[in-house]
Amino acid sequence: MPGMTPPVLDVHGLSRTFQLRSGPVHAVRGIDLAAERGEILGVLGPNGAGKTTTVRMLATLLPPSGGRAVVAGHDLLADPAGVRARIGYVAQSGGLDPNCAVGEELVTQGRMHRLSRAESRARAAELAADLNLGDLLDRPTAALSGGQRRRLEIALGLVNRPEVLFLDEPTTGLDPGSRADLWDLVRRVRHDHGTTVLLTTHYLDEADALADRLVIVDAGSVVAEGAPAELKARHDAATLQDAFLAITGRATDAPAAV
Amino acid sequence: MNRLLSDTGVIFGRSMRQTLRSKTALTFGMLQPLLFLALMGPLLSKLDLRTGGTSWQAFVPGLLVQLSLLGGMFVGLGILVERQAGVIDRMRATPLHPAAPLLGRALRDVVQLVVQSALLVLLGAAFGLRAPVAGVLLGFVFVGLLSAALALLSYGLAMNVRTTPEFAAIANTVVLPMMLLAGLLLPMTLAPGWLDAASRVVPFRYTVDAVRHLYLGEYTDGTVLAGLAVTAGLTVVAFFGGLALFRRSGRTP
Repeated sequence: MPGMTPPVLDVHGLSRTFQLRSGPVHAVRGIDLAAERGEILGVLGPNGAGKTTTVRMLATLLPPSGGRAVVAGHDLLADPAGVRARIGYVAQSGGLDPNCAVGEELVTQGRMHRLSRAESRARAAELAADLNLGDLLDRPTAALSGGQRRRLEIALGLVNRPEVLFLDEPTTGLDPGSRADLWDLVRRVRHDHGTTVLLTTHYLDEADALADRLVIVDAGSVVAEGAPAELKARHDAATLQDAFLAITGRATDAPAAV
Repeated sequence: MNRLLSDTGVIFGRSMRQTLRSKTALTFGMLQPLLFLALMGPLLSKLDLRTGGTSWQAFVPGLLVQLSLLGGMFVGLGILVERQAGVIDRMRATPLHPAAPLLGRALRDVVQLVVQSALLVLLGAAFGLRAPVAGVLLGFVFVGLLSAALALLSYGLAMNVRTTPEFAAIANTVVLPMMLLAGLLLPMTLAPGWLDAASRVVPFRYTVDAVRHLYLGEYTDGTVLAGLAVTAGLTVVAFFGGLALFRRSGRTP
């Protein structure tokens, strides 16, 4: 029942200014976001638009300069620990230790979420089966392919059955087949567990194919919002590429086609 | 508090498994003190180092402190790799206690360096070191404290530099004068007055003097107590300093 439950993600005026020697840099200038349970929210924008900074703030990794947010029912500023217990965060860099084995990373992630040893092992086995990592458990993460790495990183983000999963540029650097697999995986996570997914991307086709709703950011601000179809209709555009051009006055840095 | 302990245990276990997996880590870190032991130690065996006792009783304690100093100061290189891969961020986005990634790793380093020290002492015994067992065992307490202090500071530094070469430059610049000034290879009993005085500003000087006295069985003459006070004080400062540096790195991009 959309609209009946409070949004799982409710962000108002979130901003972040970095003080550099050359002067202040306003990376994020007061962003509003909302997502409901089970929604896939795409944050689309060119490199440097403030997508990663926004996600890092929402994942409690970077204190905001201003604004407020409720993530999974917990206030970001007042109760970051409550937020951490209920989110999954997959950075663009992934966060895998090259020397660790796949199974070990999964079990340790459970321990970091304060599961008992037995619970951690059970959850690791469950995720390995679910995300098709079962044959790779003894392999060091350095030996994984790009697609396998991403699956493991997402599995790590799902260990605590999060209400909100943050995926920062999840398909950057993946080959077309692995990208398609990852899209299926994200849809399945949402379908099976009702997880809210916030994913950032600069790929227009990915935003179009995967997101229920899009927030387009440029230079630290939200410049448009709506379902992909709405955005296209609003700007009388045949493709999201044309809509994006109409909104921002330029193409994304990355080619949209795959 | 219980959470901090159990979370530190989780990271300690993870770090320890990494260490044990890399078969080179234990031996490679020991290579330098081992070479000094085998190739320099015998040169001193007929010299009077004016510390009372044999040259081995002065030389092996110096090598132990050198092992802690070098081994501890460069552990930050490991966390730099993990930080750049996003491992630390991944940990920080979980309910894990914020200090656990630091303390778990430092605890691993203490265990590793004390074990390496024990091996070094055993090899020293093969070369001719004779020292009271109680003194040798107490010496490991100093090694543990010093290793903890340096590891904590090293991680704190590594979390706040931009690049690996920057870390290596700072660590190298700190370590070499400290090593020479503390009188690790040759004791300051041989030094002219000005050098002896200068070396008294280096905290490791007190650590190594104390361990040398322990190896002579002189437990009660004040040197051991002074060494313990300085070393433990350094560890306390490093504990809070390391935590503050580690916390600070979480507030910047």
